[in-house]
Amino acid sequence: MLKKRIIPCLDIANGRTVKGVNFIDIRDAGDPIELAKRYVEEGADELVFLDITATLEKRKTLVALVTEIASAINIPFTVGGGINTLEDAKAVILAGADKVSINSAAIRNPELISEISSHFGNQCVVVAMDVKNTNGAWSVFSHGGKTPTGLDALEWALEAERRGAGEILLTSMNNDGTKNGFAIDITNTISRALKIPVIASGGAGMMVHFKEVFQQTKAGAALAASIFHFGEIPIPQLKKYLQTQKIPVRCL
Amino acid sequence: MIAILKYNAGNTTSVKNAVERLGFTCLVTDDLEIIQKADKVIFPGVGEASTAMAYLKERKLDILIKSLQQPVLGICLGLQLLCKHSEEGDTTCIGVFEVEVKRFPNVIIVPHMGWNVMVLKDNKLLKGISENDDVYFVHSYYAEVSDDTTAICNYGVPFSAVMQKNNFYATQFHPEKSAGVGERILKNFLNL
Repeated sequence: MLKKRIIPCLDIANGRTVKGVNFIDIRDAGDPIELAKRYVEEGADELVFLDITATLEKRKTLVALVTEIASAINIPFTVGGGINTLEDAKAVILAGADKVSINSAAIRNPELISEISSHFGNQCVVVAMDVKNTNGAWSVFSHGGKTPTGLDALEWALEAERRGAGEILLTSMNNDGTKNGFAIDITNTISRALKIPVIASGGAGMMVHFKEVFQQTKAGAALAASIFHFGEIPIPQLKKYLQTQKIPVRCL
Repeated sequence: MIAILKYNAGNTTSVKNAVERLGFTCLVTDDLEIIQKADKVIFPGVGEASTAMAYLKERKLDILIKSLQQPVLGICLGLQLLCKHSEEGDTTCIGVFEVEVKRFPNVIIVPHMGWNVMVLKDNKLLKGISENDDVYFVHSYYAEVSDDTTAICNYGVPFSAVMQKNNFYATQFHPEKSAGVGERILKNFLNL
């Protein structure tokens, strides 16, 4: 049976791993390569590296860092942040990334999804979307959650899929950093409407949150950052717990 | 020397990194003579079948691959291109394995993306691997099960996760991305 994936996210700024609380307050959580290796040993199923300052500063993702990561680890990894063109995607993929994650650039130019997808296949394209619930309606925000786009969350997810996204990384801004659990309703809506995998993100604080998101939605993966970086929830312990809860996970 | 076939389908960096981590020397190349003389050949690939086949044909790599006598390992799209025909772009492939490559039915989430286990037959490539070991898959098309299938994975339908015929070995999953289990499988191939 296909396993539910646990994905630590390493937010990168200036070559270091950081994690924003509600995207603002930033704490330093270490060296990305060391963290990545530790996660592989602990049984992480994939890794995501997001250059969180990239969009605002228009800085390109560090290809050198990607090269280093690719030679250090033997599980799939995604790189996002500052990928604005097919050329940016090419540079990162040829350096050894398995997938690229695009967010604001895809909103600005949806054609980018199809361009990367037709060049490298849809499995290479993760469309990341930051969504926020305002008065009961979920809409999409760009530029690290700072700019409202007016796009409806479900409609944008469907369009991304139609244009060739291979996966959706869905972050709820209402939940991110709160440690109160994933946004079950929107994750459920989108994961049931789409034919491609959805990664739930934002809000993980306890092991039971992972169980909830896997039991109550069709998400294929769940992503978290700080709870893993600071060792609050060790991955082996989380997986053992999920196994006892009859959630299919890969245990080492 | 291990030759990693260079062509237009996706990146070969991960495969090269994985082979080097195991202490083997390899070269990413599309030079017919170097490939011919290599001890082993790895035929990786992520991408679309018809574009990849067109590229291989243009450089006569399709004929070369079929004629190779040393151990060959096809990975992912590499496995599919070693089959007879693919539904993806209605493509005639190399034809080592006499099977059809089909798209997963629409009722399931596609791509089949993530870690899954296999039902195994005894095979040199799978030495030391158990049916509890997960490997990493990412694909929308699959090769049917045939006499050459040495490991079956189930995702909506049963399909060939590993195939072997004579000197040709192939995995639908990515050993280079399958952590310790994948490393073991690659090592088995490199030590053939």
